[in-house]
Amino acid sequence: MKELKVLAVVVFFSLLVYWGVEPFAHGQMHKHVESDNFAYSDLPKITKEGDAANGGDLVMGAGACIGCHSINSQGIPAPMDAVTAAATYGVNPPDLSNIGALYNEKFLAALFKNPAHALNVEHKFDPASGKMHPMVPFYGAGGDIDQEVADMVAYFKSIAPKELSAKEAFDDACGRCHAMRYDHYTQLGDTPEFKYEKDALAHQIKLLEYQEHLKAYMGKLPPDLSTIIRARSADFLETFIENPQTQLPGTSMPRVGLSKEGYEKVEAYLTKIGDPSKPQREALGPWVLGFFVIFSILAFLWKKYQWRDLH
Amino acid sequence: MAHFDENARPFSEKWLDERLGVVTLKKVLSTEYWIPKDINFLWAMGMVLAATFGLLLISGIFLLMYYKPDTAMAFDSVNYTIMTEVGYGWLWRHIHGVGASLVFLIIYIHMFTGIYYGSYKKGREMIWISGMLLFVTFSAEAFSGYMLPWGQMSYWAGMVITNLFSGGSLEAYGLVEWIRGDYVPGDAFLTRFFMLHVLLLPLVIIGLIVLHFGTLRLPHVNNQKGEEIDFKEAAELYKAGRKKESKVIPFNPVFLSKDIFVVGVYFILFFYLVFYHFDFAMDPVNFDPADGLKTPPHIYPEWYFLWSYEILRPFNKDIGLIAFGIAQVALFFLPFVDRSPNVAPAHKRGLFNLWFWVLLIDMVVLTILGKLPPEGIYNDLGLVAAIVFLLLGPALFVVTKMEKKI
Repeated sequence: MKELKVLAVVVFFSLLVYWGVEPFAHGQMHKHVESDNFAYSDLPKITKEGDAANGGDLVMGAGACIGCHSINSQGIPAPMDAVTAAATYGVNPPDLSNIGALYNEKFLAALFKNPAHALNVEHKFDPASGKMHPMVPFYGAGGDIDQEVADMVAYFKSIAPKELSAKEAFDDACGRCHAMRYDHYTQLGDTPEFKYEKDALAHQIKLLEYQEHLKAYMGKLPPDLSTIIRARSADFLETFIENPQTQLPGTSMPRVGLSKEGYEKVEAYLTKIGDPSKPQREALGPWVLGFFVIFSILAFLWKKYQWRDLH
Repeated sequence: MAHFDENARPFSEKWLDERLGVVTLKKVLSTEYWIPKDINFLWAMGMVLAATFGLLLISGIFLLMYYKPDTAMAFDSVNYTIMTEVGYGWLWRHIHGVGASLVFLIIYIHMFTGIYYGSYKKGREMIWISGMLLFVTFSAEAFSGYMLPWGQMSYWAGMVITNLFSGGSLEAYGLVEWIRGDYVPGDAFLTRFFMLHVLLLPLVIIGLIVLHFGTLRLPHVNNQKGEEIDFKEAAELYKAGRKKESKVIPFNPVFLSKDIFVVGVYFILFFYLVFYHFDFAMDPVNFDPADGLKTPPHIYPEWYFLWSYEILRPFNKDIGLIAFGIAQVALFFLPFVDRSPNVAPAHKRGLFNLWFWVLLIDMVVLTILGKLPPEGIYNDLGLVAAIVFLLLGPALFVVTKMEKKI
């Protein structure tokens, strides 16, 4: 069949161009970063068996966590509101209710002992230059520090909820720095509906103040993440969130320390907001394709009929 | 005064014919518009293009109802309003985006078909020239449309392309500012490109499509062998029922039946891409909002402009600009640079066959290099490919001058 030969040539060159300008070009433009699969291999393993009850005492007592952090699920409120906290620390310290469910336990242990190291922001917070990370390291409560850290990790795991929604994961892990305007979400959380404009404006002012502090802390206002799922490849997002320094050396974004499951939740939320048509696409696609397959078969039969006595 | 039949029922065929000449019109445009029988599916690309343009027009009308040409609102009107709040807005947008990319793929296939079979020669020059005018207008349409979502690539591509008008060492920045309506791309820039995209250029395109169809009517469509057909005689044979002997078929319904089949198969591919692989046509960088303070690490045009972009890049700015200018208009002159008397497929034309494949492969190479970072070996390859492209013009003249009459 001569037509098929012609078709083969057309398809070959079309695919060659496609390969060149898509997979090949993007492979050349973006450096490849090997994923660590959220194992945090550079951080030491937890060697001790943690005791949650003792950990709870440390968190409430010698660990001094609740001097800055809230644990809402345990009825421990934040010492100050978000804007004041941002003015004090640069960013509002996270609530600790869910951290046992979201973050890698090795990461948590390393974070307690040396925040700047675990967060991979030692280029920003260098004790020699007098710049300290706002989170004070846990220097130990007098016993074996590794045991104490393991106890605190065990405590946070024990109070962590079994199920976290995708949005809660985003709120905990990203939401104190990044807004999500397509979900009416800002660094202050979901934007309430205001009856009076002055209340809306007052909220707006609070947000601007928070963002000013954040800007001073991070160097620039971290980007809104509404469309990030379409602006970056899945591979980039995963390796970047796992360790921002690998993709963007020098960035002030800390390593967040999400576990694999925690990351999947965050990604699900980014997809839901940034690519909302996905379920509709998947539902409608087969019908439209089916229609055109039938259309083509009928068109082929019609063509056969019209050309029946031409040759 | 013509004769009007008093008894003709209003809007009956006779009534309409007396007033509009519909019987003649139908014959001229459809049932007795003769097309050669010896053709392959590449002859359906015109209809495929018309169908794609139709989809672009319809999807564009729907998008236009919600798009906001304002630098503060454009990005969110596309990425939030249309994608989230408008029912099936995502479908129209993805059809529009995929259509814009595929229309160029089909245009290139259509052009290379014309070059391969010599369909720009001997009475068919105006078909080629009107087609090239369409290509250029479609390019302008694509570029202006790319500005509208006001993402990073819209902004920076707009910056780079309008900068070309400074003319290199001429430093005509006044002209650049006049085109932008500002020192940098801003609101004035966006609104004027919006106007071009939704009004002026579509009007020109529709006019040119009519012209392009018109240019086909007298010289008739070419065929696979480049054979000169006596259309009158062949048509008589066909009408006398001797269809097997006749070398022609009527446009409607015989040619159309094949066109519709090809369009059907093409739509399977088209909607596969719309539903499952639209991202190739929508660059990720453009999902970051425009930011004049943050230059993206790689700035590149959409794939269909890459070959001419790569002709600009490897030279210094003045020579690059001249080479780029030549590349933009070179293909217009094809019918006049080709000095051969033969209308035949390339494989029957000796050295011209080699010329054709070198052109095709060179343009593919330029396209692929156009997106790669201009570093190391890619720079050298780009320079060679660009020089080859520029030399193909004089080469065509020599090759076809030497070509013997078949």
